[in-house]
Amino acid sequence: MNTRQQCKRIYSWVGRAKSSDQQLKTFQYRGVLIKSERSLTEMCILLGEFVLVEGENADQPFVAKLLKLYEDGSQEKHAVVQWFSRITELPLNKRKLLQREVSSQEIFLDKGPGYDTDINVETIIKNVKVIPLAPEEEVPVRSNGKQIFFVKESWDGKCFKPLSPGLLSELKEAEKKKRVGSPSPLTDCQVFSSDFICSLKTETNRVTRSTMKTKNIQMEIESRHSASKSSLSKERHSQRVANGINTPGARKKLQLNSPTKSRNKLTGCDVLELLGDDCDALEALEPSATKRKVTFTEILGSPPKISRTNGEPDSPLSIRGDWTKLAETIRISPYRRGQDSSLKAKNLDGKDDDTWHLNSRNEEEETEERTRESKRTTKQAATSKSNSKSDTNLAEEQELKTRSPVVIPRSHRKCVQKTTARIAEQLHFLNISEQDQEDDYLPSTDCSDSSSSEEEESMVPSTPKRKTRSSTTLSTPISSRKSFDTTPAKTPRNASEPRTPKTPRNATPRIPIRNQATEKPANVLEEARLRLHVSIIPGSLPCREEEFQDIYNFVESKLIDGTGGCMYISGVPGTGKTATVHEVIRCLQEAVENDELPSFQFIEINGMKLTDPHQAYVQILQLLTGQKVTATHAAELLAKLFSTPGPKRKTTVLIVDELDLLWTRKQDVMYNLFDWPTQKQAKLIILAIANTMDLPERIMMNRVASRLGLTRMSFQPYTYKQLQQIISSRLNHIKAFEEDAIQLVSRKVAALSGDARRCLDICRRSTEICEFSSQKSTSGLVSMAHVMKAIDEMFSSPYINSIRNASLHEQMFLKAIIAEFRRSGLEEATVQQIYHQHVALCRIEGLQIPTVSEIMAICSRLGACRFLLVESSNKYLHVRVRLNISQDDVMYALKQE
Amino acid sequence: MSKRKSKETSSVNEECISQVQRILRERFCHQCPNGKLFGVQLQYKHLLELLKRTIIHGESNSALIIGPRGSGKTMLLNYVLKELMEVKQVRENLLQVHLNGLLQTNDKIALKEITRQLQMENVVGDKVFGSFAENLAFLLEALKKGNRDSSCPVLFILDEFDLFVHHKNQTLLYNLFDISQSAQTPVTVIGLTCRQDILELLEKRVKSRFSHRQIYLLNSFDFKQYLKIFKEQLYLPAEFPYKPFTQKWNKNVQSLSEDRTVQDVLRNHFHCSKDLRSLHMLLMLALSSITVSHPFMTGSDLLEASKLCRMDSKANIVHGLSVLEICLIIAMKHLNDVYEGEPFNFQMVYNEFQKFIQRKAHSMYNFEKPVVMKAFEHLLQLELIKPIEGLSVRAQREYLLMKLLLDNNQIMDALQVYPNCPTDVKQWATSSLSWL
Repeated sequence: MNTRQQCKRIYSWVGRAKSSDQQLKTFQYRGVLIKSERSLTEMCILLGEFVLVEGENADQPFVAKLLKLYEDGSQEKHAVVQWFSRITELPLNKRKLLQREVSSQEIFLDKGPGYDTDINVETIIKNVKVIPLAPEEEVPVRSNGKQIFFVKESWDGKCFKPLSPGLLSELKEAEKKKRVGSPSPLTDCQVFSSDFICSLKTETNRVTRSTMKTKNIQMEIESRHSASKSSLSKERHSQRVANGINTPGARKKLQLNSPTKSRNKLTGCDVLELLGDDCDALEALEPSATKRKVTFTEILGSPPKISRTNGEPDSPLSIRGDWTKLAETIRISPYRRGQDSSLKAKNLDGKDDDTWHLNSRNEEEETEERTRESKRTTKQAATSKSNSKSDTNLAEEQELKTRSPVVIPRSHRKCVQKTTARIAEQLHFLNISEQDQEDDYLPSTDCSDSSSSEEEESMVPSTPKRKTRSSTTLSTPISSRKSFDTTPAKTPRNASEPRTPKTPRNATPRIPIRNQATEKPANVLEEARLRLHVSIIPGSLPCREEEFQDIYNFVESKLIDGTGGCMYISGVPGTGKTATVHEVIRCLQEAVENDELPSFQFIEINGMKLTDPHQAYVQILQLLTGQKVTATHAAELLAKLFSTPGPKRKTTVLIVDELDLLWTRKQDVMYNLFDWPTQKQAKLIILAIANTMDLPERIMMNRVASRLGLTRMSFQPYTYKQLQQIISSRLNHIKAFEEDAIQLVSRKVAALSGDARRCLDICRRSTEICEFSSQKSTSGLVSMAHVMKAIDEMFSSPYINSIRNASLHEQMFLKAIIAEFRRSGLEEATVQQIYHQHVALCRIEGLQIPTVSEIMAICSRLGACRFLLVESSNKYLHVRVRLNISQDDVMYALKQE
Repeated sequence: MSKRKSKETSSVNEECISQVQRILRERFCHQCPNGKLFGVQLQYKHLLELLKRTIIHGESNSALIIGPRGSGKTMLLNYVLKELMEVKQVRENLLQVHLNGLLQTNDKIALKEITRQLQMENVVGDKVFGSFAENLAFLLEALKKGNRDSSCPVLFILDEFDLFVHHKNQTLLYNLFDISQSAQTPVTVIGLTCRQDILELLEKRVKSRFSHRQIYLLNSFDFKQYLKIFKEQLYLPAEFPYKPFTQKWNKNVQSLSEDRTVQDVLRNHFHCSKDLRSLHMLLMLALSSITVSHPFMTGSDLLEASKLCRMDSKANIVHGLSVLEICLIIAMKHLNDVYEGEPFNFQMVYNEFQKFIQRKAHSMYNFEKPVVMKAFEHLLQLELIKPIEGLSVRAQREYLLMKLLLDNNQIMDALQVYPNCPTDVKQWATSSLSWL
């Protein structure tokens, strides 16, 4: 969704309002016209077509079917859509239900609730091809870069179901209607699943572009084709459902194209007949395929096809033999063509390849139809190459002639029989290897398509050339297969896929795994220590039930309503804010899994884990969509995401921990965070966590504080009873502490801070102390004494003890400071003054008088320990000194001795 | 014959002496963890248990080792680590990250260093090192992925911990402590600092996440133990190749420790500073006086060394001044006495000096004013006087206000030992105001 590259699109209605609703002041339309500002191309999208809708991720726009277009009273253009989901949009745990590999092109009809079907028209990017498939059909392998999707199953939020026959046909109908009825050529996105359709389509395009005279006829024929096809497919479908025959996928494709075998033959279903079917279909298929090849020489260059045909491992030798034989006969044609057409003269390379393709294709034909057939194709090639209208028409007519038996089954019954008879005859000549070839040949026809129209070809002549160059070397099956592997990368959509793993975001950082397993706790104390560690998340959080319930209710209600909102949670450190919120999210996620709540997306950022407040945008966007962009760009994208109506999105629950660190001078980060949930379409629930209760009033501007709202909650510091309960619930009936000891810890901590972390740390330290001194005490339980010792260790001021352990002159220096302070009545003195006092004191005590250098050393040592605050400058004797501890403390510490 | 023999013994001695010096210097200069620990048994046990639990049970922890400079914080840690590394299970499981607040002056550099020491750059490629934010996210993700049972525990050692506190938002500390308090990769964060007020410097959220485990090293030994340490430091090890020499040397050390003068020297030293590093310094100086002709340390060696140690640096400079410069300093001293430490300028000093000359009428001190000025500037360069700040530099040199950086005691002491000091100058120095 790169806004910089994206040019602006202008949306306008097609035609007049179809109908209008006076009461609602809405006007319905039958289509929308999208005009791109830069490229000046127009796109017309009608009802019933499939469209791509802008999503969170530019690489993965949503797919939807347009159901309704209307404009409401406020002149906003709206669309009602039926959503389709990609596999990546479905919840991970449900994907398993499919029990098969899903290609990235497969989409699912989304019947689940939860997505808003009313979208803004301006989020529509373009139309797209979606091909419905019957349940048994394989999703064809994509061979071209065009966006094309296959829908096979529906998804209702709980399970996958195959498309119901009615729905399938409806979808297919819609597709057909569009193809025939669309007034403007939808050249870009049209891709077909089989050669048959491909040829048909390209012809259509060409026909539409050719003279007006022929157009009518063509259209007529075309409509006939499509009608026959649709009826056929319906027939086939119902039949398949009824019979439940499991025919291989390749065969299925064939059947689609061979009308003759329709009812009667399938029911019979014996091998011979099937074979006949195949041949029949082949026969029917061949001319069209060849023709297409010839007419659109450049498309032929698509290597997958070749590789498929050549990459036949069963009988490579025979193929090559055939091929070489054929090559001699056919190679003439393209060269001649090269001379004929001035257009193609520039890239002889490509032409060479064309020949090659031609041959490769013909080689198969030859197995059945011999050179006669190939000669005909070359002839056709020659004719089609010429630019004159009449020639094209001629070719068209020829095509029609050859294909007519195939496409119009009933009226040309005789024809069909004739062809079948001929095929049966030919079958006689076929040997087994050829049948194998056939089988392998078929899938290749499946995947081939004619997505690129003539227009495109002439505009980008280099692409086919490049492709074909790689294929010129393909003489062995192996190399050909290799080329097949490489080709998809050239197509635009595939190119984006291999790009991703290169980026470091996919590098999985990890700490090495330890060599030996961790040891299990050996005794009660160790077990207790393990359980008392802060990191252990208890099953439930005692003493925070009310807060839990409040937060849960808040989020739950917002989820059910599908709206957004903010909640501000405050409390001193260690009162369980983050833990409670996580607990809430966990419970909500469980509820979602039990289908009690609509699903939501959970993301979390922590102000302390950001290097800069603006990084919040980057993190949110990355967690939301996986994109990695700069902060400013991320802000734009997020604003767009949350403020644009329509595109289907789940509700997002965002936890912002350590909110106060997102403060900036302009407060733009906070402002945005709290502004998004207020927008109707955002569906964003924010739980903001910070330490101070009055944070909104203290540091936020009015407009930010007002957006944060008044839903606040404050976590009170734990009382001693609560702390006691927390410890005992964690210990969970392990007898490691005396009751009094627990109470002592709780009371101490409650009096100090109410920080549960502190409480647990003290307990852990007490167990250690207990363990050290275990040989003495008999009980082995942590007693009051141990707890007292631990508390002393943690909270007693270190100063007094360290003063007592300082050297004599250091103590003397401190005394001198106090003496000097008393003398001058100030709380500050220079080293020189203190030195004089020190000297005097030494004389009284009868000690050796230290030199000034020694005094300076003592002073800096005491300064480093922060007993003193020493001015940092090179003023030597004139450095000013202050005490960092109270004089009383010093006196107390020194007097004891 | 006897001459040759003495030569032989002297060559043996030569070898001996150089060996002794090598061994002892190594001991004094490197804070070698080989030596014994003095008076920190409890702390040692605490730290050892802590690290063991991290490594063996995968328990996350955080602790601070606090003690004045030279109290052996790093030595204790190295000692513990060295001992732990001898256990195979530990060696294979522990990852160490050493950071120093003086080197990693901000979180960005620290993160890079952590990534480097955890050897994750190869996974990262160059790109993550582009930005601080990405690097942080990367590292946090890496540490988040681990869990108690399967990941290698990571030991973070933050030397000069107090400097990390000043990093912006204490981001690094917050994250390290947060990991140590959550179910991620087991980490133990050990901070080393000499600041006693370190906990007050931690931000409240960071403080809450810190386990408040503090290990204090306090040099809590008395003079008897100090003497013992002194002996320990000087004793030659039993594996020293020259047995008879070792015996003699050790006997000498024993007698030294019983010697009165030596004890006085040591006691003075002990009173001044308890840290072992200064003792090492003293012994190092004494050690350098040992030669082949003087193979054993004596009390006078130690006395000499202690004199060197406690030498007053500024007073030493005064010894090397010219008579004119001494005179100027004396003039300044008088000015200080008269004006009670108020700053003075060159002109005042010059006038004071002129008065002295006129009174004594000695032509030998009659210098031109520019010469006196030059002498004054020399004192300025030696930093015996210092211009007081806050004055514009544009004032004339003669009138720049200065302060003397010497104490009266220092000046008098220096004059006492000044070679060939003229008596009238000495008199002038002591007479102070009396001649007025």
